[in-house]
Amino acid sequence: MKILVCISHVPDTTSKINFTDNNSAFDTNGVQFVINPNDEFGLTRAMWFKEKQGASVDVVNVGGPETEPTLRKALAIGADNAIRVNTPAIDGYQVAKELAKVAQDGNYDLIIAGRESIDYNGGMVPGMMAQILKANFVNTCVSLEVEGNQATAIREIDGGKETLKTSLPLVIGGQKGLVEESDLKIPNMRGIMMARKKPLNVVEPSSTESFTQTKSFEKPAPKGEVKIIEEDNLDQLIDLLHNEAKVI
Amino acid sequence: MSILVYTETENGKFKKASFEAASYAKGVAEKMGTDVTAVAFNAEDIKALGDYGVAKVLHIQNDKLKTFNAEAYADAIAQAAQEASADVVVLGQTANDKYLAPLLAVQLQAGYASNVVELPEIENGFTVKRSVFTNKAFNHTAITTDKKIIGVSKNAYGLKENSAAAEETSFSPNLKEEDFNIEVASVDKATDKVTIADAEVVVSGGRGLKGPENWNLVEDLAEVLGAATACSKPVSDMGWRPHSEHVGQTGKPVASNLYIAIGISGAIQHLAGVSASKTKVVINNDPEAPFFKAADYGIVGDAFEVVPKLTEKLKEFKANNA
Repeated sequence: MKILVCISHVPDTTSKINFTDNNSAFDTNGVQFVINPNDEFGLTRAMWFKEKQGASVDVVNVGGPETEPTLRKALAIGADNAIRVNTPAIDGYQVAKELAKVAQDGNYDLIIAGRESIDYNGGMVPGMMAQILKANFVNTCVSLEVEGNQATAIREIDGGKETLKTSLPLVIGGQKGLVEESDLKIPNMRGIMMARKKPLNVVEPSSTESFTQTKSFEKPAPKGEVKIIEEDNLDQLIDLLHNEAKVI
Repeated sequence: MSILVYTETENGKFKKASFEAASYAKGVAEKMGTDVTAVAFNAEDIKALGDYGVAKVLHIQNDKLKTFNAEAYADAIAQAAQEASADVVVLGQTANDKYLAPLLAVQLQAGYASNVVELPEIENGFTVKRSVFTNKAFNHTAITTDKKIIGVSKNAYGLKENSAAAEETSFSPNLKEEDFNIEVASVDKATDKVTIADAEVVVSGGRGLKGPENWNLVEDLAEVLGAATACSKPVSDMGWRPHSEHVGQTGKPVASNLYIAIGISGAIQHLAGVSASKTKVVINNDPEAPFFKAADYGIVGDAFEVVPKLTEKLKEFKANNA
């Protein structure tokens, strides 16, 4: 089985979010970048396929040279090859199109991406990629088993879970549950050393077509002061929730 | 030209998210000087859409579409968009909406903006405001394609009543065999519980509750309020509660009217994930807990004393205001 894991290079979850250039760009100053958490669960799941069932695992990212340390980290975790499509990510469609081309050129059977990146929260790249490839697609996937050409996936639905049966080629929008947080693979020294020698191929983009463009950013309005209610005056809280906030 | 809204049903009934999407679609239609057409699958209460400004409904009644299937639904909605000559397709952001929207976008070659919180600006191009960085910021995104898809965030635009005819037309899309390449083997869904996605009120517990055996505090309060129960990331990581209850940046987002956090200190990732909730109440014995800065109402006190008292008082309140 040939597996491609799509890796988004995102600010760490603890990052302070600020903007620069007249609020037109994300301020990367002092920000630590990581593998998108939703992708990281998929990467570890892919490594299990490799260890238990025999599979090759490649990783891919669409972005500039600044994303290479994130791809190297994925190699250190155990991926075999990395591919970087050398173009800034403009929107979900442009990224999906470039990823689909890599997937097609490499003839992958299983393509794992995160259900969304934690920066732009677009939640569209895996689905668009599947549709472009005419491959099957399971979103918000929390469990995946593959036997031969057949796949069984569990997807999270609002208020429950759904078990799906389908076949390869398959694209997954993954998340926590594919593996547990405690199962996540962390690069060790040997992995880091080996990652330096593994291939990281840079390919040029096939087009620059996008469907949307980010114009500007803004931060939410500052919040009002919290009203502290004495613990022996719970009637006041109920009154405020009923008459002021009007939520009960 | 028209606006198409996809209105999701569950067991034949429209979800609240569908009425929110219809309200939003009506807002877009008013700006653009046109009408709203809805597309619905196997619905029982078509006329209900009229209350939110839907003029026409393309009703697809097909037994093969009784259970949700993203590919087949996207294919059918794409054909409905054609039928209605729609330039803009509006939908909600339920799990199913998020599953099918990217497929629809490629089929229609339409730019898709998810997590949209306000009506578009159409005076100079077509720009929408979306929440990004898990509610830590917004961005203004221009959709540059002729056809456009907008996913409206829960509880952002809200419900706007508006009387229209909701005139029903039966619609039969041409479905392909490959639309059914994914088979639903089983569904596991608690039918007696409010889901975090649908809930108006969410009661959430953190490490301050000391152990899973104390979750009756959260559950009792939730029951009085008809609320969904949720938890912080450490609680789910320690296995006190299932992952499906984990809310925050890497868990589920919460956009309820009321969010009550018990014994949750308020890590930045948690605050981001729940910040779309309208009113936040925090109960914590540590006055320095960061959550107090993000809350509307706070009680500094021992959850084990405060919560049972609050539950009792709310019971009385509900009985008197029923």
